[in-house]
Amino acid sequence: MQAPGTLREFWRAYSQSRGAIAGLALIVALLLLALFADVVSPHPPNEQFRQFTLTPPMWDEGGSAMFILGTDPVGRDMLSRLIHGTRLSLLIGFISVALSLSFGVLLGVIAGYVRGLTETILMRLMDVMLALPSLLLAIAVVAILGPGLINAMYAIAIVLLPHYVRLARAAVIAEAGKEYVQSSRIAGAGALRLMFNTILPNCAAPLVVQATLGFSSAILDAAALGFLGLGAQPPTPEWGSMLAGALEFIQRAPWVVTLPGLAILVTVLAFNLMGDGLRDALDPKLKR
Amino acid sequence: MLAFILRRAALVIPTFIGVTLLAFALIHLIPGDPVENLSGERGMDPARRERLLHEFGLDRPLPVQYAGYIGEVLHGDLGTSLTTHEQVLDEFLTLFPATIELAFFAMLFAVCLGLPAGILAALKRNTVADYAVMGVSLAGYSMPIFWWALLLILFFSVQLGWTPVSGRIAVEYDVPAATGFMLIDTLKAGDWGALRSAISHLILPSIALGTIPLAVIARMTRSAMLEVLREDYVRTARAKGLPRWRVILVHALRNALIPVITVIGLQVGLLLSGAILTETIFSWPGVGNWLVHGVQSRDYPVVQGGILLIATIVISVNLIVDLLYGVVNPRIRHG
Repeated sequence: MQAPGTLREFWRAYSQSRGAIAGLALIVALLLLALFADVVSPHPPNEQFRQFTLTPPMWDEGGSAMFILGTDPVGRDMLSRLIHGTRLSLLIGFISVALSLSFGVLLGVIAGYVRGLTETILMRLMDVMLALPSLLLAIAVVAILGPGLINAMYAIAIVLLPHYVRLARAAVIAEAGKEYVQSSRIAGAGALRLMFNTILPNCAAPLVVQATLGFSSAILDAAALGFLGLGAQPPTPEWGSMLAGALEFIQRAPWVVTLPGLAILVTVLAFNLMGDGLRDALDPKLKR
Repeated sequence: MLAFILRRAALVIPTFIGVTLLAFALIHLIPGDPVENLSGERGMDPARRERLLHEFGLDRPLPVQYAGYIGEVLHGDLGTSLTTHEQVLDEFLTLFPATIELAFFAMLFAVCLGLPAGILAALKRNTVADYAVMGVSLAGYSMPIFWWALLLILFFSVQLGWTPVSGRIAVEYDVPAATGFMLIDTLKAGDWGALRSAISHLILPSIALGTIPLAVIARMTRSAMLEVLREDYVRTARAKGLPRWRVILVHALRNALIPVITVIGLQVGLLLSGAILTETIFSWPGVGNWLVHGVQSRDYPVVQGGILLIATIVISVNLIVDLLYGVVNPRIRHG
């Protein structure tokens, strides 16, 4: 259990960076948007207003207050779709990272503790996964499982997995030789208890940083898969798939192109800022 | 030195074998009948299916199939595309130069802008210039590439009309394909109009693809330079009275470059990922576009071959970078 003093210390270090605070504030705002999406959206995200296809945003001529950010090629309200897209993206990020983190840490801790052949095989497998460019691996997984949002989440979880395995294993190996571990073992602690109660809490810091940065990776990868038609399928209001086929509207309806991407940028930026902030706050070596 | 090379190369072999296993397993992991998946035919009568099953060797035990697959790969037979009926390897080799050209100029853009930006940020630490460079870098790798590409098209092609929207060269030019590299081929043909067209088609895609490596290189250069500038030998050089530019360029930069070179080399994987997306937006006739169409049209030989070939290239480039790193940094060689 962390003493309250450590939390305050951490907060002081974290809040040193304005970027980190901005990131945190943004994420809270996005979370609220996602939670209250149904209440905040002016319209249902998938309802098509056939007479209002490609209406410009409110501030452009031809725009109307009914569709603040305009409508898409089949007449769906952009603002509502973007808000519901927030919920989707945060969900995708959370599930992919949670899946990947839990499996990754489990495998990494086992590899780092048990060593030997198990470790070698596991790490070689991770090397193979890391050898492929991430999008390529995701595409391979989706090629096997078939397109769709859930399969995209699995694909992303698989792509992120090697990073957590490596991190957990390295942390466990680094800690395993230390005195507090040895004394625990001498006191009679079993392997499981040693792995998860004693060693793991001390490796938490880099894992938390990687998890946050993994969130932004996950959102970008999900958007890429959605864009390629391999992730979320229409009519799901996922930001990436909203950009698929947007090229043809770039001249007459630029808002169809700019807005979803802007949403992705803001969200990913928020998580990157927070991840950077966490890294600076948690790593004493980097304190300037 | 030779021992170092052999050791590093040997480490790569299990990874490569793993990749071939993945490519081989792909066909069998895909839901549905492997015979249908490999031939592209649905609802065949049983006799034909039996014949194809035997032809594809799918009736043999898996390890034998794998050995057969490896044998075919080593002979250059990676199957036939279901959509174009061309050899997968031939298609890849035809399209790959386009991707290389794009990746090369993207990397050139990234290094030419990223290195100076990182150095500038390091020298002017905690000033507006530093924050600007770091801010732009952060934005750079927080954006989806395909959106950035669309924005570039919106601004430069649609609104300003400076650059073309898609393709590698204007349709009216017919350049004899000699090397596959458009810039070289147009030069060889002496067609200046075509050369100009090819260059103008390269600009936006290179910028789009190179933005993320640029951001990463700028960041890495900045932090490497900051570390090096604190070192004693830099202080000594300054104390000796050397001119500032000499201290920065000759003494500091050369050592800061070591981690930066590694990072540049590691961008290759990232570039290929990005190329997949960039080529789709710009209708660039490269390997990424080809692979995506393969997945979308369930052209499994293409998917299988494409993944194997691209992964092999990434592994090879990483190996070369690793070896180069060993050449540049003697501590690695003997460590």
